[in-house]
Amino acid sequence: MSHPQPAGAVAPPTPVPSPPAPAQPPERSVAWREALDRLRAAATTEPGRLRIIGAVLALLLVAFGTVTAWQVAARASAADDVVHRSQPLSADAADIYRSLADADTTAASGFLAGGQEPRAVRQRYEKDIARASELLVKAAAGTAGSDTSRSRIAELNAALPQYTGLVEAARANNRQGLPLGGAYLRYAGDRMRDDLLPAARGLYESETGRLGSDYGDAKSWPWAALGTGVLALAALGRAQRRSFLRTNRVFNHGLLAATGATTVVLLWLAVGHGVARSGLESSSAHGAESLQVLNEARIGSLQARGDENLTLVARGAVLTKNGDDAYEASYRDGMGKLIGGGQGAPAPGSLLDRARDLADDTAGRAPVEAAIKDVREWQRRHSGARATDDGGYYDQAVPKVIGETGSTGESFDRVDDELRQALDHEQSEFRQAADDGRGALSGLAEGAAVLAVLGAAGAVLGIGRRLSEYR
Amino acid sequence: MTGGDRGVNAPLRALGTRARSRPLLAAATAAGCALAATAAVLVPTQTGAARERPDRPPAAVEGPARGVSATKCANPAASLRPTGDLDGPAVQRIKARGKLIAGVDQNSYRWGYRNPATGELSGFDIDLVHAIAKDILGDPGKVMFLAIPTNRRIPAVQSGKVDIIARTMTINCDRIKQVAFSTAYFEAGQQVLVPKGSPVKAFDDSLKGKKVCTAEGSTAEAKVREEPHGSTLLTVPNHLDCLVRLQLGQVDAVVNDNALAAGQAAQDPSVELVGKPFTTEPYGVAMNLKDVDLVRRVNKVLEDYRSGGANSPWMQAYQHWLASGLGGADAPPAPEYRD
Repeated sequence: MSHPQPAGAVAPPTPVPSPPAPAQPPERSVAWREALDRLRAAATTEPGRLRIIGAVLALLLVAFGTVTAWQVAARASAADDVVHRSQPLSADAADIYRSLADADTTAASGFLAGGQEPRAVRQRYEKDIARASELLVKAAAGTAGSDTSRSRIAELNAALPQYTGLVEAARANNRQGLPLGGAYLRYAGDRMRDDLLPAARGLYESETGRLGSDYGDAKSWPWAALGTGVLALAALGRAQRRSFLRTNRVFNHGLLAATGATTVVLLWLAVGHGVARSGLESSSAHGAESLQVLNEARIGSLQARGDENLTLVARGAVLTKNGDDAYEASYRDGMGKLIGGGQGAPAPGSLLDRARDLADDTAGRAPVEAAIKDVREWQRRHSGARATDDGGYYDQAVPKVIGETGSTGESFDRVDDELRQALDHEQSEFRQAADDGRGALSGLAEGAAVLAVLGAAGAVLGIGRRLSEYR
Repeated sequence: MTGGDRGVNAPLRALGTRARSRPLLAAATAAGCALAATAAVLVPTQTGAARERPDRPPAAVEGPARGVSATKCANPAASLRPTGDLDGPAVQRIKARGKLIAGVDQNSYRWGYRNPATGELSGFDIDLVHAIAKDILGDPGKVMFLAIPTNRRIPAVQSGKVDIIARTMTINCDRIKQVAFSTAYFEAGQQVLVPKGSPVKAFDDSLKGKKVCTAEGSTAEAKVREEPHGSTLLTVPNHLDCLVRLQLGQVDAVVNDNALAAGQAAQDPSVELVGKPFTTEPYGVAMNLKDVDLVRRVNKVLEDYRSGGANSPWMQAYQHWLASGLGGADAPPAPEYRD
């Protein structure tokens, strides 16, 4: 067992070209020269060659184990980041975005109800604002690295209290019966659209970008490990062929064991990483795409709902360049993106159409299908409410929008609920796929290290056995 | 209201002065409508300076039409007499329908606004519409109110979507070519609204370096662009948005019809109108040019509405909706006729 020594002794051959030797102190120079001479002498004798071969094999195997453990650990940690850090942060950012849009929509609903603002509506608004603030604090803590995210969070923190102040001013004026309240609410809505939502969107995009880069890190092939593994296998093969040619012995048990260990690690690495990669890829299809499209659809429906409410709040006070009601025009625009025009199936390329295409099982498709149906119902009810308002029956139009039953608000609530279900489903699909992927890498780093050391030991023992024949 | 009263009252006192000179006007009217127009313009008032340029819309807005209309538009506010055919095809159309369709505003406090508490439309313009419905249909409630945005008022009348527009609509030379107006039922003017204690004292150089807010596309915007007095301009979609900006300290002054501004002051006791009105804006009920009988009928309603001295329906509506914001008025503006 003292044979591994040569490995250590031979290790320094790298500095073989030792021109600095003469400059060294005499003793060192002599020692170097002696070592070099010994090596040269060794290379000319069979035992010496065997020692060198053993050392090289052991070195290659240890290097293989080390590189594999290191690269796999890096990928596993990136996969951990995906699951535990960047995806939750991206989901939180989406939640901030959604909470803000929901707060704005709810504020407008409560406003329309006037002095009779239902308690549930008020509570929903307050919950939205509390949730957004809470998630902003969390995001600020979690996103230490990114400048973009930090500046978006700062913008949101500055604009949110201004927004809530404007909503309170709107509410106070409205309760006094002053039309100024409507002007305040529209101004608050403008701040939401022009400042808060774009900043929340920026935060979401920045966090989602980081998710993408963590995915990239986790999925990149460990080429260095695979390369060293193949190299180690080739070296083992050559050593065994040499041994066979010289001794006519077919098997060298030590070298065979080393080959086995290396093959196992190499296969494990390739298959494990392949499985992890496909798990992550499938989670990315759900995470970065399905979730993203569903989030956008949900926010799109929130904004359309906000526009619908504000059309009644503004009562024609704000017009587009061609003289249409600005909020009604914005509603139509939002609905166009969400589901497209016409009836029945969503227009190709619309958010709900994409969400349905991305849903890859019935459990995921069902809520999206239901949402499509309810958005169409919402559109029908909306046309009815608009016709009533345009016909001069404002007071009858209001219950068609914010009433308990048969209103567009009821349709919207259903759509929101269905999209939430779809999101929950995709989120759990994501989590499962990502966990499966991550699981494929578990134990690989440690296993590779242990097996590589065993392989190195096998190689050294195998060579040692041949060496002993020269004693 | 203390310091603000002077500014707010000025136009109303002017109205009062003018009403007292009604006999003179009537005589002038009898003598001929052109003469009457001149007399109306020349009647000395406290706001005489502003009245020297009656109903001249700023060149930026209606410049091209000015040269043509200036000659035959000496007094756009002169309307048709409430005599002769008061029950013609237009009135019959309304009677057959059983409802008067009126285009109104829902956002102008004290004029036409929807009370969030009751959901009811109310205000000075709305009362007038009810009076018209009562005269034609015998029931003040037989009205269908349509909220018509500012820039849709003329198309709504022309297309027949509404029978009348009662929506703080200024009678001017350009508009009388597109729609028919009743006699003036109110006289307003552009004025400056500021927080109490503001260094801005009027529409003059005290605006230097200040930020002024107007509604987009309003005559006030054109006026401020024409004579900025060193101010910078912010335009917003609706006149009420200016009050929001003023309360938030984003602008220093609002330029607006004093009638609408008075509605704003009524919503915020800490702002006031300053200076004198620097334009004259008679408000009229707009109708389709073809509905001659309806114009005469509405003018008859207005005659009734104005009559009765201090107890006239006009005075009662004024007391109810506008007196607190604008101060006391003695009488409605006198009607002027061109036939």
